[in-house]
Amino acid sequence: MKKTAINKLVKGLTVALATGAVSMSALADIKPAVVYSDAGKFDKSFSEAVWNNGVKRFMDETGIEVKEAEPTNLAQVEQYMKRLAKRGHSPIVAVGFSQANAVAAAAKEYPDAQFTLIDMVVPEPNVQNVVFKEHEGSFLVGVLAAMKSDSDVIGFVGGMDIPLISRFGCGYEQGAKYQNADIKVIHNMTGSTPAAFGNPSKGAELTRSQMESGADVIFAAAGGTGNGVYQAAADAGKYAIGVDSNQNHLHPGTMLTSMVKRVGEAAYQSYSAAKDGSWAPGVQVMGLAEGGVDWALDEHNRGLVTQQMEARVNDVKAKIIAGEIVVHDYMSDNTCNY
Amino acid sequence: MSRDRKLAWINGLLLPLLNVLTAFAATAVLFLLINVNPWEAAQTLLYGAFGYSEGVGYTFYYTTNFIFTGLAVAVAFHAGLFNIGGEGQAYIGGLGAGLVVFALFPELSPLVMIPASIVGALVFGAAWAVGPGYLQAYRGSHIVITTIMFNFLAATLMVYLMSKVLLEPGQMTPQSRLFPDNAWLPFVHDVLANFGIKVDRSPLNMSILLALVVAILVWFFLWQTRWGYAIRATGRNATAATYAGINQKKIIVVTMCISGALAGLVGINELLGYHHRIIMNFHVGYGFGGIAVALMGRNHPFGIVIAALLFGILYQGGAELAFEWSNISRDIVVVMQGLVILFCGALEYMYKPWLMRWLVPVSDSAKGAA
Repeated sequence: MKKTAINKLVKGLTVALATGAVSMSALADIKPAVVYSDAGKFDKSFSEAVWNNGVKRFMDETGIEVKEAEPTNLAQVEQYMKRLAKRGHSPIVAVGFSQANAVAAAAKEYPDAQFTLIDMVVPEPNVQNVVFKEHEGSFLVGVLAAMKSDSDVIGFVGGMDIPLISRFGCGYEQGAKYQNADIKVIHNMTGSTPAAFGNPSKGAELTRSQMESGADVIFAAAGGTGNGVYQAAADAGKYAIGVDSNQNHLHPGTMLTSMVKRVGEAAYQSYSAAKDGSWAPGVQVMGLAEGGVDWALDEHNRGLVTQQMEARVNDVKAKIIAGEIVVHDYMSDNTCNY
Repeated sequence: MSRDRKLAWINGLLLPLLNVLTAFAATAVLFLLINVNPWEAAQTLLYGAFGYSEGVGYTFYYTTNFIFTGLAVAVAFHAGLFNIGGEGQAYIGGLGAGLVVFALFPELSPLVMIPASIVGALVFGAAWAVGPGYLQAYRGSHIVITTIMFNFLAATLMVYLMSKVLLEPGQMTPQSRLFPDNAWLPFVHDVLANFGIKVDRSPLNMSILLALVVAILVWFFLWQTRWGYAIRATGRNATAATYAGINQKKIIVVTMCISGALAGLVGINELLGYHHRIIMNFHVGYGFGGIAVALMGRNHPFGIVIAALLFGILYQGGAELAFEWSNISRDIVVVMQGLVILFCGALEYMYKPWLMRWLVPVSDSAKGAA
């Protein structure tokens, strides 16, 4: 293992000398790392977004190796986190709220290491916390769904029944009701275990039953389960809304939009900041204003969104950013009373 | 050597050993296929499990869980019951441990708090097993089906409780608030530090002693008490046991309670020992792993402790493998553990006909019969 480290260093130095543009100290200085969620790196959702848009992008652009760890249980999360810190890796990106306890423990034990925690806040001086306002992005797609719906019934399919997912559903409902006070929103959760984030057939089943109840736009905040939702909507010629990544390309023509949550960006920015020496601890709230969440409009759904709809959604977006519309956060009181 | 003794050696030692070696050989082939040197991988695995004090801690920490679930499965096996519900019973056992902690005064002495919490885990684990036991005994619903269904019920119930009832306010992770200090089982590294022995921090806690004591108690119970005899008699031949005056139905229910209570102790190791709060899915894998541990350990507490240690090594060493080798993903580690379960569980008696022919020839057994 030592040998490979030396090889890497030599390789790095060669690259540095060859290009001349990259400073040698930058290559030698940062040893970034990532600990994926215990759902695995290729979970078709959260961790995969961090890999694709954060880790991989950073490695491709800079040539700096990011050490990856894939724990299988919570005890291992903490174990890996401490191992990485012990070996001088920094910053260490922790993917997902379930790693908060592990980050808190590791950050206390290794005050010199830098940690970036996504989706949760740990108040330690060496932890950067990135949280998203999923309710704001969901509000926007709710507005769009209400405009697109002919039946005045829309659906929401969540993954695992936890407050974080209810936050999506609650924001979506608020947006829809804001646009059309009479609209009916059907909520369903796929399941009660983490497996609910990877159950496309159940997702399709829920979507079909929602469509039978009249829903013609269905928003999935369910990780891999969403694929079943989008497929079922496409089969029936109804509309679906994607989540986390821009999933508009999956079924062009029936994917109305996607509620984008830029988790990969958070990882990428943490590494880049560390490379530039501008990494700072604290809490970063990534809402609409910060570009952390958004709705996706591209060539795949251009035909579904009229100019009027686009203008309306962007108008609402501006109002949320300006503070004229305050979207109730389900997790502030664990209710959806707005 | 008499035939019976030979058979005992074959069943108890030779077969499990051969099975494990076969599993390792299959793993080695797998590693060769993905361009990993099996010898170096084995070294990494062993180094991870025993090479440094933190690794040793993790190994024994996992071992503790497997002892509890292995014993749980074994006790049920002795009554002829196949308890697949260790997962759910462990999960609910943890709930019981936590609820007792929250119900008691936080200022209570640990000497009261911890035993009370252990009782909570035992009672809740047993309560989760009594339903399937009753249904098997009095309604004829097969225990395999009901226990596996109860696993799902446990998962659903816990999600409800964790996300709606026990959730710490302002928390995103579905977890309860922290236990008060006096409900924390001491960590082994802290205990050893009191004696001037310095070891690295690890989740290993005093539950390991509890596990060993429980293993001895289970042995005593099964082989030295009337209840244990009744359980074993029922498992060997239920009709004969009934004829001998043993109430088979009662035995089934009681056995399942004991089995569930043992599985519930996983909650002590995980929650009182390490996480110090009720969390979700702390139990995943140990209930099912316990089946393999019991099979490999031949349902004897001594064998179970050894087999649990092997699984502890596989868990911690496997984590080390996945961490150190970029071309060994965590899925490969699961495959490796799966191979051990396959050869030690499903193909348990694969070598037996050959071994019998070779070591206990028919002429020999004919002599034994005569």
